[in-house]
Amino acid sequence: MAGATASLNVARLASLNAPRHYEDNAATRDNPWVKYTVLGISLLFFAAFLLLPLATVFVEAFKKGWDVYLAAITEADALSAIYLTLIAAVIAVPLNLVFGVSAAWAIAKFEFRGKQLLITFIDLPFSVSPVVAGLIYVLLFGAQGWFGPWLQEHDIRILFAVPGIVLATIFVTFPFVARELIPLMQAQGKEEEEAAIVLGASGWQTFWHVTLPNIKWGLLYGVVLCNARAMGEFGAVSVVSGHIRGVTNTMPLQIEILYNEYQFAAAFAVASLLALLALVTLVLKTYIEWQAARSLRDSQQEEVS
Amino acid sequence: MSIQVQNIRKQFGNFVALNDVTLDFPTGELVALLGPSGCGKTTLLRIIAGLEQADSGNVILEGNDASGTHVRDREVGFVFQHYALFRHMTVFDNIAFGLRVKPRHERPSETIIRKKVTELLKLVQLDWLADRFPSQLSGGQRQRIALARALAVEPRVLLLDEPFGALDAKVRKELRRWLRRLHDELHITSIFVTHDQEEALEVADRVVLMNHGSVEQIGAPEEVWSAPKTPFVYSFLGSVNLFHGRSAPGEVQVGGQSLGHAESIIPDGVEVIAFARPHELDIETDLSQSSGIRARITRIQAFGLTARVELERTDIHGTLHHHEVELTLERLITLQLRAGVDVLLVPSRLKVFESPAPAQVTPANADHYIASGI
Repeated sequence: MAGATASLNVARLASLNAPRHYEDNAATRDNPWVKYTVLGISLLFFAAFLLLPLATVFVEAFKKGWDVYLAAITEADALSAIYLTLIAAVIAVPLNLVFGVSAAWAIAKFEFRGKQLLITFIDLPFSVSPVVAGLIYVLLFGAQGWFGPWLQEHDIRILFAVPGIVLATIFVTFPFVARELIPLMQAQGKEEEEAAIVLGASGWQTFWHVTLPNIKWGLLYGVVLCNARAMGEFGAVSVVSGHIRGVTNTMPLQIEILYNEYQFAAAFAVASLLALLALVTLVLKTYIEWQAARSLRDSQQEEVS
Repeated sequence: MSIQVQNIRKQFGNFVALNDVTLDFPTGELVALLGPSGCGKTTLLRIIAGLEQADSGNVILEGNDASGTHVRDREVGFVFQHYALFRHMTVFDNIAFGLRVKPRHERPSETIIRKKVTELLKLVQLDWLADRFPSQLSGGQRQRIALARALAVEPRVLLLDEPFGALDAKVRKELRRWLRRLHDELHITSIFVTHDQEEALEVADRVVLMNHGSVEQIGAPEEVWSAPKTPFVYSFLGSVNLFHGRSAPGEVQVGGQSLGHAESIIPDGVEVIAFARPHELDIETDLSQSSGIRARITRIQAFGLTARVELERTDIHGTLHHHEVELTLERLITLQLRAGVDVLLVPSRLKVFESPAPAQVTPANADHYIASGI
């Protein structure tokens, strides 16, 4: 549900705060009809392709009344799907948070061989189709896969079970935090950390009191996007899940099953939860962007004066 | 605390940043490391602080080899060119940082920290700014806060990396006087890096001139100014006129012309370079004299106490050789100089060096006049 590469980049934030509009300047001012045509086209598209479907989700969900809606989302299989989705996100997001921070730290603050390669490979989950990502795990852990026989011997279930779903989720949400932090930390350099260390701070104190406060908005932004994707992922999870009702179905998978069984009200009820999550994500994202822009403005002021 | 560095070498890839540098910084002095960018001065400072590791050689702090000591245990104060203040902390928290991160058994109580920070804020004369954030301060204020933060942990040495480099000229001048006064109060062994010769000569007790990773000369400001030991020092400190030639008894042959000098240590017949400061050159309008070099006046600036006359050599074609002469206003009037007139340049004092490898002093950098405040 989250876009592939949304990035909190500096240029975009700066343009958000640009004090002047094109309109303020006679040289770049267009005829009013140009303005309203362009505006009209974008609003029309927005309404037709974004607003209408979103509204449909909620309309369909509540079509048969509040009781049916409640029943649909409190039904055992639906609850299990919600539970599994939360589990996958709760495991995947913190892991990717730790990974993202350490990768960004390594890339921004240290020099080592293969740095560029690492940066490139972090993007792999963005460039590869989620279905392929799922298949990788099938090839690794499936009955005919590399580790399949060994896993069977030891009676460990990864595929068609919760661990597989978590692994697939980690894979597809891998780049969000790292991608967000790398440019940020590279731009900030290491002078503040050096200052902290000269003043006697330990590595951990430096990270906690100096580095983390400087990257907190970027980090939160990455986490919010990572979470949205973790909960909404369909393709990769679909391949490794096995679609066992009440056991290995996440919310997106549950929605598909309900829909295929013509239980539209129930399908849309669960879908409305995901849509709600999307809206919450957008609000959080906007708030974080606003905060980050504010701290960026402060630091720019710092450079100018 | 005294600082010694012995045989320090540092290489970045193929670039030799420091080539076997040995230096001694006595206790309580304010020393300037002066040189053009890329001469290794900042690298040396960072090695002393422990922020950079030397490839070989030792850093000795107060008689003890500190090469293996981690930067956080070296008890140095470091001031960065771009302040490196913690942007999310108030001025107060910035200064208190070094005290608050001490291990629990060494950490002073919050009352003592408050007292100490207030004292330091008074010392840097910014006690009304305690609750501001770095972004709300001017550059000069930020650098003073950075200095207070470095002093909070009572360092044994203070290292300043181009501390005034990011400030505008007026603030820079104020701050360096202030730094000098502060040093006279505290007497903490201090080293500061600068590429600004005026700053180095004005503030420091001693100046270390560096070029291409090596030390060229060490001495008191007056000493390096009046008796430069190498061609580099001569051309780096202040404006200078440069002549390439061949030595002859008592003179330097430049093209078909000659310049007299009184140096006796130069053997005859070798390639030499000769330096004269603008005030050490005189202008003669009588072109029939045997000594002197012909040049054409291109521009006269007669304001202030003295007049600056800019000239171009007329004997060499192709490459332009600029010269600069400083005359008293009376002399200018007596000689009745105008732009476009051909004259002779006659040095009253000429410093002659045997010509080093051509790469070291090229006309390009010797002709680069550096405005001098002295």
